[in-house]
Amino acid sequence: MGEMEQLRKEAESLKDEITAARKAVQDLTLQDHVAGTAVVGRVQLKIRKTLRGHLAKIYALHWGTDSKLCVSASQDGKLIVWDSCTTNKVHAIPLKSSWVMTCSYAPSGNMVACGGLDNMCSIYNLKGKDGNVKVMHELAAHTGYLSCCRFLNDNEIITSSGDCTCVLWDIETGSQKTVFAGHLGDCMSLAVAPDFNTFISGACDYTAKLWDIRDGQCRQTFGGHESDINAIGFFPNGNAVITGSDDASCKLYDLRSDQELITYQDSSIMCGVTSIAPSFSGRLILAGYDDFNCNIWDSLKAERVGVLSGHDNRVSCIGVTPDGMACCTGSWDSFLKIWN
Amino acid sequence: MSGSSNIVAMKKIVQQLRFEANINRVKVSQAAAELQQFCIQNALQDPMLTGVSSSTNPFRTQKVCSFL
Repeated sequence: MGEMEQLRKEAESLKDEITAARKAVQDLTLQDHVAGTAVVGRVQLKIRKTLRGHLAKIYALHWGTDSKLCVSASQDGKLIVWDSCTTNKVHAIPLKSSWVMTCSYAPSGNMVACGGLDNMCSIYNLKGKDGNVKVMHELAAHTGYLSCCRFLNDNEIITSSGDCTCVLWDIETGSQKTVFAGHLGDCMSLAVAPDFNTFISGACDYTAKLWDIRDGQCRQTFGGHESDINAIGFFPNGNAVITGSDDASCKLYDLRSDQELITYQDSSIMCGVTSIAPSFSGRLILAGYDDFNCNIWDSLKAERVGVLSGHDNRVSCIGVTPDGMACCTGSWDSFLKIWN
Repeated sequence: MSGSSNIVAMKKIVQQLRFEANINRVKVSQAAAELQQFCIQNALQDPMLTGVSSSTNPFRTQKVCSFL
């Protein structure tokens, strides 16, 4: 038997081993466990603010840690930092490349980052001496589009790319500290764990991977989706991962038992999920869809308990404030809406 | 040429699968209990579950002032 054939057989046998090991700990399903729990009551959120100003499709948004400021990115070639309570634009940053797909707010509030079809992650200093917001660094090395980026701190950022890798960067030197390779399709989204030790990525190979930030190791891989994973997030306690896919479903994967626990889907929903975010307690999962709506799911009972209808085009991004007070939706209709 | 790089790639895949096969797994009953417990413990701090009163809502619509 050739070496390649032998390796292929070994791979298949290991995959079977993983499937069996997962089954072996499945003494109960999540549905069994919560059978006695009631579904949460209907969740009806109202639009409290509409953030107007972008002139083209909004592709990404990210809340600052203060739960008041948020940054949005649009293919009108601008990053806007909003005071969500007053709806004032704190900064309107013109971009070199208008083909932006992602943006991120640093936890410190000192910087924002963005990137897209330019294959680069551009870092902007919001606290420059003369008050002007300027590009501070351009992180270039990806050979594909930048789909997502998230700051760890003012000197480290993680990016995901259409080149199938994720990268941890040293911002000051512009160098790649770690390259996370393993996905077999474009990486579409990433999320950092609450304890900042790991991060998860979702890709067009239909899998989600959990990575150790410091040693670069892929620790776990989760399959089950039948199409690209567009959106990914951590359950607030850091022990589970939620994903949204073009297959019209969202899934919850538990990290400690290493398996999918529940799928959020409905036969009436036939369009892709673009964005996902948990509520503060994790009991609600908010997901944005191609059909212009957001659905709110009871995360434990897998029932739809609310809908956010208010956009005139695809909901491309969603984010819940760190304090859980509100969620923001961004859409191809060029508006952001704040709901609670 | 491409044959040997395919073998290298395949070896990496096998190595990764071996790593993933060997992790410790907790019983689903325990994992499910902890997820539910977290939800319960934080339910009262979750404004989307409890609702937000307009007096404490930072996003409440500003009241209109009128000159008398």
